[in-house]
Amino acid sequence: MKVDRREFLKLSALGGGAVLASSLPGCASLGGGGEPDFYFVQLSDTHWGFNGPVVNPDARGTLPKAIDAVNALTVQPDFIVFTGDLTHTTDDPQERRRRLAEFKQVVKGLKNQDIHFLAGEHDASLDKGAAWKEYFGETHYTFDHKGVHFIALDNVSDPAARLGDEQLEWLKADLAKQPKDARIVVFTHRPLFDLAPAWDWATRDGDKAVEILMPYRNVTVFYGHIHQENHHMTQHIAHHSAKSLIFPLPAPGSQPKRDPIKWDASAPYRGLGFREIEAEAKPVKYDIQEMPVVKA
Amino acid sequence: MTTRRRLLIGSAALLAGAAAGIRVLAQPNERVIPVVARKFVFLPSTINLKKGEPVVLEFTAPEVVMGFNAPDLKLRTDIVPGTVAHVRFTPDKAGTFPFLCDVFCGDGHEGMSGTIVVT
Repeated sequence: MKVDRREFLKLSALGGGAVLASSLPGCASLGGGGEPDFYFVQLSDTHWGFNGPVVNPDARGTLPKAIDAVNALTVQPDFIVFTGDLTHTTDDPQERRRRLAEFKQVVKGLKNQDIHFLAGEHDASLDKGAAWKEYFGETHYTFDHKGVHFIALDNVSDPAARLGDEQLEWLKADLAKQPKDARIVVFTHRPLFDLAPAWDWATRDGDKAVEILMPYRNVTVFYGHIHQENHHMTQHIAHHSAKSLIFPLPAPGSQPKRDPIKWDASAPYRGLGFREIEAEAKPVKYDIQEMPVVKA
Repeated sequence: MTTRRRLLIGSAALLAGAAAGIRVLAQPNERVIPVVARKFVFLPSTINLKKGEPVVLEFTAPEVVMGFNAPDLKLRTDIVPGTVAHVRFTPDKAGTFPFLCDVFCGDGHEGMSGTIVVT
């Protein structure tokens, strides 16, 4: 019997606490291919250290509220990923480190400490990732989880938004070890495709990464940077951007400038949030559920 | 603009040469437009051009490395302090074309943009 997390939650609600011990933690259940389904949580663009009351008068409170919301999930995710811009940029190297350290301390409030971090240009572009590495380690890496190969790419340590030939070679070598039908998830900060180059919503050599990924049949990309949901296909590769936890931005190319959307006191935290991603093995798919910072 | 200065204009096609300090002869009928890229503004931020008129945008960046990118016109260059970057082209269509800094330069980078207006 296959029971996924959502069905489990329904059963729990209906049955007054049905317990399927084999489904916990993460409520993993066996997909048809023998690998368990699971889910993880993506948070993005927290911009710790940002100060701009017009767009977010609760800049220091939004991330803690999101952490509370994640901790309140009935079933905890298998892991959590932050897809960049953990901190807001500063020219001062000491202040940059202070913000990174403070961010790291704040996210210790998450119940689930299996957390993967990516850098954003605000964290890493001004010093080529030097301070970020002191706190979070390498800026590109891989890990495997329940049959899925995860790849974190760094398209921000170069201030010109390039992955660079060295990282592209590394990606090629890593993928060479995977079968063509491997389940592959890529995390990155900027979009790997030209979403809105006039707004700097692109990666200069992102097309090369997409080309390297293209022979693999089950590839999905989750990224941040644009402070809103966006879903795009480059042939069979899906790209999903996440909402921010500081301020939303306008739809790509919808207006001349990408100015942040102002705070609406009648609907605080509107446009902000995080997401749950349910990874299913057979068929290979990723169900995305957007979650608000605070429930209405 | 002196004749000598006009003769010292490079081109977008020879950006590598420009970055290395090599300068290229300009066409005599080209209009030269100096543009300064500094935190976090292009000066001027609006560049008015005439369709069919050859121009050379002459970029300098006094502070940090900047980028000029006008994707709709397929024009871009890095702007490195201490060098002059040249972008030579002849607009062949009228319209308003946005450009931006595409090398992250700090808090305010996201607002560093401008427009090329071709009439």
